[in-house]
Amino acid sequence: MQKNAYFTGLTVPLLLLLPQLAITVVFFYWPASQAVWQSFLLQDAFGTSTEFVWFENYQALFSDPGYLKAFINTAIFSSFVCVLSLSIALLFAVMADRQIRGAEVYKTLLIWPYAVAPAVAGVLWLFMFDPSLGMLARGLSTMGIAWNPRLNGNDAMLLVILAATWKQISYNFLFFLAGLQSIPKSVIEAAVIDGARPMRRFWTIIFPLLSPTTFFLLVVNIVYVFFDTFGIIDTITGGGPSGATETLVYKVFSDGKGGSNLGGSAAQSVILLIMVIGMTAVQFRFIERKVNY
Amino acid sequence: MVEDRRFGDFIAYVILSIGVLIVAFPVWLTFVASTWDAATIINGKLPLYPGPYFFENYNRILFIGTSSTTREPVLGMMLNSFVMAMAIALGKIFISVLSAYAVVYYRFPFRMAAFWIIFVTLMLPVEVRIFPTFKVVSDLRMLDTYQGLAVPLIASATGTLLFRQFFMTIPDELLEASRIDGAGPFRFFKDTVVPLSITTIAALFVIQFIYGWNQYLWPLLVTTKDSMQTIVIAIKKMIVTSDALTEWQLAMATAMLAMLPPVLVVILMQRLFVKGLVETEK
Repeated sequence: MQKNAYFTGLTVPLLLLLPQLAITVVFFYWPASQAVWQSFLLQDAFGTSTEFVWFENYQALFSDPGYLKAFINTAIFSSFVCVLSLSIALLFAVMADRQIRGAEVYKTLLIWPYAVAPAVAGVLWLFMFDPSLGMLARGLSTMGIAWNPRLNGNDAMLLVILAATWKQISYNFLFFLAGLQSIPKSVIEAAVIDGARPMRRFWTIIFPLLSPTTFFLLVVNIVYVFFDTFGIIDTITGGGPSGATETLVYKVFSDGKGGSNLGGSAAQSVILLIMVIGMTAVQFRFIERKVNY
Repeated sequence: MVEDRRFGDFIAYVILSIGVLIVAFPVWLTFVASTWDAATIINGKLPLYPGPYFFENYNRILFIGTSSTTREPVLGMMLNSFVMAMAIALGKIFISVLSAYAVVYYRFPFRMAAFWIIFVTLMLPVEVRIFPTFKVVSDLRMLDTYQGLAVPLIASATGTLLFRQFFMTIPDELLEASRIDGAGPFRFFKDTVVPLSITTIAALFVIQFIYGWNQYLWPLLVTTKDSMQTIVIAIKKMIVTSDALTEWQLAMATAMLAMLPPVLVVILMQRLFVKGLVETEK
């Protein structure tokens, strides 16, 4: 953590830190503390008076079926996106790890969706699955499958999951490939000599050795699904139909929009903050373990 | 290896090709849609190959704008996105190189406190504190400005952690040697630390440029004037009206233009991109 050779003095290091500290205090600590403070306040409908209400906003949240639903939506959404994007990415990474010709080209062709904005990814998938003009939606209807993400909550959830998965595969692929390439070839060759078939080699050697990468990706993916998918949800469904795709982060936004329920929105922010701190703590424990490993 | 690999390699080609198809299909369809006219798309008769309206559609959105929804030409929005992405990337590099240098190379009373103050910001993405942050920006009269778009998104710890990690790997002997040559902290920073950090800086730049260009919720709140909006939020505005009025071919051409710069950055600077991605997540 500390160099053995260093400079001393107080003014210069503080001046160096000043830009970052100033921006952090003004645009991070001040608004974050406002969020905590607001979560204890209740504003009347006209915004004329505010009252300190202790934990009333939190109590109101936990008795609000809409908030419970957002929790369930987030759980469904994140587990599907994590499982799908991780397993598909792992499959591609295992294939790209083979010494085949053109592996580098395939790698390039698989990683660029990382650069597509979530909101743009949402528009692309909306266009394919729009019930009246989407090419794939029409394909579904000619096969006799009823499909309408604008009215059917399950269809909407499925579409959001597909778009979020599509966007996340490239990221997971990249990390899985790096993880695979760091497994010593000698270990795998030894298994080959022992007569282990490819499938068995994968499940008994490669997959366990990849577990640090997998666990790291799991945490990162949960954070991704929680926060970075806002653009996908907003462009595809806007949280609808009737709240079927409203996640926790989306609800912070939609409840606070127009200042109608700032206290409730702030209380949701605080709960999310606690959840993120929990996940970060888990991640750090894991990184410490990896160092000892 | 010892066993016959031909069958396995064949399977690998098939699966990877399917993967590339899945990844590319939505974008191909978007490109195709951007080269046809509205009637073809609305009737659901969009073919899988490009049509004859490429120049007409792109010319119209780039220089004229859609008639009904966003009104502004997309070229100006791309400029806004570019300024915002550059400001975020360069701003973050600037403040985090300086603060990491202070934290690593100086010993002073509040060093650890300063580090933790910065470090905690890792935990709260802007989406969560969106309304209080919006209020601060509006109180500072920064709505509809480039500063308002960029500066609040600079407040994060990723860059500082990255540079701190890299500076820790610079051997102490370099500092001792440059001291013997009579160099002070500024000379050492300028002549030794920054030149050594160039690849790290470039890698962080690539990641942050993509992050900045792709911002959605923040520009949506902070810009009210049409002339200040970014290209990513413009697409949403183009399709928000009812189906019959949506000029899909123009929205799709805008989507193509919104994807182009960050995707080009990833493909052309792949090595830096991978380095930046892997190292900022450590």
